[in-house]
Amino acid sequence: MDAVVQALLLDAGYNSAVATVGAAFLGGAGGLVGTFLLLRRRVMLTDALSHATLPGLVAAFLVGQAVWGEGRLLGLLLAGAAASAALGGLAVQAIVAGRRLAEDTAIASVLAVFYGAGTVLLSHVQGLPTGGQAGLERFLLGSAAGMLRQEAELVAVLAALLVLVTLLLLKELRLLCFDPGFGEAHGWPAARLDLLLLGLLLALLVIGLQIVGLVLALALVVVPPASARLWTDRLGRMLPLAACFGAAGGWLGAALSAALPRLPTGPAIVLVLAGLFVAGLVLAPKRGIVAVALRRARLARALHAAVPGSERPAP
Amino acid sequence: MIELRDFLEIDLPALATGTLAALACGLLGNFLLLQRRSLLGDAVSHVVLPGIVIAFLVTGSVGTWPMMFGAGAASVASVLLIDLVQRAARIEPGAAMGVVLTTLFALGVVLLEQSGARAVHLDVQHALMGSLEGIVWLGARDASDLVDPARLATLPEPLVRLAIVALAVLLFLLLLRKELAIASFDPDHATSLGIPARGIGLLLLLASAAAAVAAFDAVGAILTIAMFVCPPATARMLTDRLGRQIGLSALFAVSAGVLGYALAAWMPLALGLERGLGAAGTIAVVAGGLLALSILFAPRYGAFARARARSGRTRPGVGGEAGAGR
Repeated sequence: MDAVVQALLLDAGYNSAVATVGAAFLGGAGGLVGTFLLLRRRVMLTDALSHATLPGLVAAFLVGQAVWGEGRLLGLLLAGAAASAALGGLAVQAIVAGRRLAEDTAIASVLAVFYGAGTVLLSHVQGLPTGGQAGLERFLLGSAAGMLRQEAELVAVLAALLVLVTLLLLKELRLLCFDPGFGEAHGWPAARLDLLLLGLLLALLVIGLQIVGLVLALALVVVPPASARLWTDRLGRMLPLAACFGAAGGWLGAALSAALPRLPTGPAIVLVLAGLFVAGLVLAPKRGIVAVALRRARLARALHAAVPGSERPAP
Repeated sequence: MIELRDFLEIDLPALATGTLAALACGLLGNFLLLQRRSLLGDAVSHVVLPGIVIAFLVTGSVGTWPMMFGAGAASVASVLLIDLVQRAARIEPGAAMGVVLTTLFALGVVLLEQSGARAVHLDVQHALMGSLEGIVWLGARDASDLVDPARLATLPEPLVRLAIVALAVLLFLLLLRKELAIASFDPDHATSLGIPARGIGLLLLLASAAAAVAAFDAVGAILTIAMFVCPPATARMLTDRLGRQIGLSALFAVSAGVLGYALAAWMPLALGLERGLGAAGTIAVVAGGLLALSILFAPRYGAFARARARSGRTRPGVGGEAGAGR
């Protein structure tokens, strides 16, 4: 228990503290970017992009090893991940443009095929003599504990920057979500703004790869906005709420994962985010299960009082 | 040269398991595709993991029936949860699915890591990458084993499980062919004919869960999605007729299984690499390659055919929407 409290208070070693702060910024950024993606109905594209990072990641490892004799060059790995995720995004777009297959089919097939290619490359790396130290598996489910000091610092700084950039672009992104036509009439290029949103998403995925892992990265952009949606109907409130839920999930999840054995960081963050969502599902003032049940009961009582003799009012 | 004994002991069981997994999932995927529920295949393949782990924790066994039951229950629960999340948070079905599948998969991973399940038979690596190579037929010696009932009884359990599930899927499709088709193309019409479209949908879900559990052993949770989506999508690029689509999807599924396994097992030998590659991944890659080819070169709906039609100032392929009863 002490270990958990220590980790939560950032008192469990420098690396773990930096990684926890980084995870909190990452969660906050995920909440912001995810809110816009959710409103644009493109949130599931995240699943295809995040799984599509795997082949690029492993290919970059192999290139690094062949050229520099060292596979674990973080910049190269992340560049490879970004390149193959972008390729996956283009593939989804190309499939949908053919108009024969629906977007969900495109997303599911790109996700699985790119991921499959990644596992093939990974099985090759694991067979290499140096494969044991490769540690590429930590990118699958995330591992804040396995990060080097510079890596943790880099992630924290980049995630904070991402939050800042998203905040600066709030007005543009809001316009994109609610009235792209109006925006275009006033000279805002909707297509380019969409691309910008995807660019932010790609940055988020690549930065977050080490902490949350590629398998569950989707949760970072979908769960906090869905939570926020339970509590409010207004974008002005949904954004800060989603950012807070995301940040809390990142902080708590990373700290728990650092303090407890055999708890991968990605799943830990996802379960905290899910816990916050379930709390909202039960307790939210208008949409929550309790509120809905109370409203129904009150309505039934009112109906009962208005129509004397009716034992069992229709719902 | 590959010796017969090695082939029977190592290659044949893995090859057959991979191929049957692709076949069972691919056949069902046709209807998921038509109902625009390809992501349901995504959800089911993820949700199978917590289903299996919880079933193991409750019963202490990794036998077929607890696993099937756990995965079936988890799939039904996930569909109910997706519906609840969608209504409460007022978000699109895809996003609600994202919330539920990431949460349940994370739960499965954490339960697996924290409990003793990983020591027995399951582990996270297995769930993420599959382990076709682990399926071997110990003690197979020569071709006569293939017709000897006593020897066949020693076939690896995952293979037997998949064979049964593939057969059951085939039967399911044959028996409910008409109902499935009507319920997929036009649920309202189906209801007016007295066909319970929702019940059919539930059956399809349960069948998909069974196929996903059986395929889980071979290819893991995530690559199962490739089996569900790629063969039917490839077939859909080539034809408007449902019957033909199903036949073609079976053909592509089997081709992906066989070619994918061959690629994984024998190509590294040809290239002089020390070890084989992960066969589950290569099967997914071959399935994706077939899909890419059909997207580019399909005679009517392919990218090149459409470009040619456009430049010839004819109507471009009549669009996707006009196809197959839509």
